[in-house]
Amino acid sequence: MIKTIQSFTIERIEILNEKGEAEKKLLPKISEKQILEMYRWMHITRTFDKKALALQRTGRLGTYASMLGQEAAIIGSAYALRKQDWLFPSFRYSGGMLLRGIPMDKLYSYWGGDERGAKPPEHVNVFPLCITVGEQPLHATGYAWGLKLKKQNAIVLTDFGDGATSTGDLNEALNFAGVFQAPVVFLCQNNQFAISISQEKQTAAKTLAQKAIAAGIKGVQVDGNDIFAVYKATQDAIADALKGKPTFIECYTYRISDHTTSDDATKYRSEKEVQEWKKKDPIQRLKFYMEKKKIWNEKKEQALQKEIELLVDKAGKSYEAIPRAPREDIFKYTIAGGVK
Amino acid sequence: MAKLNMVEAINLALKQEMKKDKTILIIGEDVGVDGGVFRVTEGLLKLYPGRVFDTPLAESAIVGTSIGLACSGFKPVAEIQFEGFTLSAFDQIVNHAARIRNRSRGRFTVPMVIRSPIGGGIKALEHHSDSPETYYVHTPGIKVVIPATPYDAKGLLISAIRDPDPVIFFEPKRIYRAIKQEVPEKEYSIPLGKARLVQEGTDLTLISYGATVRECEQAAELLKDHVSIEIIDLRTLSPLDTETILASVQKTGRVVIAHEAQRTLGMASEIIARIQEQALLYLKAPIERVTGYDIIVPLPKLEEWYFVDEKRIAEAIEKVMNF
Repeated sequence: MIKTIQSFTIERIEILNEKGEAEKKLLPKISEKQILEMYRWMHITRTFDKKALALQRTGRLGTYASMLGQEAAIIGSAYALRKQDWLFPSFRYSGGMLLRGIPMDKLYSYWGGDERGAKPPEHVNVFPLCITVGEQPLHATGYAWGLKLKKQNAIVLTDFGDGATSTGDLNEALNFAGVFQAPVVFLCQNNQFAISISQEKQTAAKTLAQKAIAAGIKGVQVDGNDIFAVYKATQDAIADALKGKPTFIECYTYRISDHTTSDDATKYRSEKEVQEWKKKDPIQRLKFYMEKKKIWNEKKEQALQKEIELLVDKAGKSYEAIPRAPREDIFKYTIAGGVK
Repeated sequence: MAKLNMVEAINLALKQEMKKDKTILIIGEDVGVDGGVFRVTEGLLKLYPGRVFDTPLAESAIVGTSIGLACSGFKPVAEIQFEGFTLSAFDQIVNHAARIRNRSRGRFTVPMVIRSPIGGGIKALEHHSDSPETYYVHTPGIKVVIPATPYDAKGLLISAIRDPDPVIFFEPKRIYRAIKQEVPEKEYSIPLGKARLVQEGTDLTLISYGATVRECEQAAELLKDHVSIEIIDLRTLSPLDTETILASVQKTGRVVIAHEAQRTLGMASEIIARIQEQALLYLKAPIERVTGYDIIVPLPKLEEWYFVDEKRIAEAIEKVMNF
């Protein structure tokens, strides 16, 4: 006898389409004020990014990983976190780090090669971003496990890219989270490229969300350019995490920019494909929605952009004014008391 | 005072520290119900339910989640079942455990211990008889400890647990049960970074650590009628107690270093470098090192030819004495 003893399905959540039309019954409970805030944070993310690239191209910043096109995946998830929750970010989540309280000039200084920029202020629940791919989800899982042992009403969200889903560490993290029921949310920004490697070359799996299934935890895919879908999936995942049920959210999105400032994406993908994805822009989509709702207009848009540009310019100047740390700084933090 | 072997001494240290400090957790494969494959964590689950965790078989995750737990305020004592498997967690140890204090400029720290048996001599399978200590000694941000006696094992482990940074605590498995020694029930600790003077002597300094200290003592015994040998047990490989080494070398002027690990870039290399930097003119003869060969540790049938024994050490001592 042969019988089916397990089968699985992966759901995809789409709420806000490219025209800015939302599916009402799926719309998360969210106030006008919150929508405006999320919109503002997406703009901050994009402007921070633009400025970073400008600084890099003029030799004033180091290698930088752009978030262009992924603002909904980043802000939709970071915005859903509560004050007491924690973030263990990858290197492509700067917007979420800013939203969670990392000062903008500090974040520029990190990307500018100043280690002091990686130290989060004491009251900010953000871990330093992780450069190695797929490895900080283990720290996130351990930290979440710790929160659970301390019976704290808090969760950990960790983000990573599509490439991370091929690593042992990420799969070990999913497995440990399942076994120890750690209150953790795994947020995968599937931007379809790990540098030049497309999803088909990365895995034979049809979705990345299904990577969760083998670990016995929930996996869901969302339209990653739809901030309402990302926000809703994250909110649901937080509620489940608090009950000891971790979730893997695959945000299906697209990296409009190069991998980093050291990469040239024209070598491995077509301009046509990039143009197609530009039409699905996450910021524009929310703008259309807000205009339809009559809570937004061109005048407000201009004012917002101007305000954010000033904010980002100010942070850029503040970053450039930070003096280099003294030589002794490099010996201070290897072990407690420093290295003599 | 009870006579304990190293397994019992480590077990006692864990029991006592866990009683004192509720943030200490035990994490690893088979460490709970089974008490560990060498029985080092025997009985801890019963004494401290909710603080001893049997984990899935994934070394990188054992270390990686321990890092997260440590950052969240716990003190994980993670067990990696055999030294050969620490390499599966090498990335988490070297790229993260050792660097998070530096990466976060001190905002986050990783006070954790990674315990693992080390070395050969128990007729085990491949990957179960290795000496990978120098990989970790080469890495800034982590400390590396290897006790040679039950007494030291207890005192050093307590210091390792209380240390504010990650410590790799290697336990020489072939002397787990081979040596019994009086180990006080009362609390004591042995500072990390301080070597032990096993015996005093005036002709030659014999430096070693871990299980090989025993063969050093045997070699000294063989030669005791005509060579006065000072034996130093390093106890901690990182940080290295250069001061104790130099003081002895300045007294004896002759040095032999013995370890089970492979020769090239083994601990002896670094010790010789430090001696020549700071005490060259005290030397009366070139320094000899007695080490494992630069080969893969053989399987049980041939392993005896790999290991450093008292005869090889004695020969090296004679060679230095007759220079």
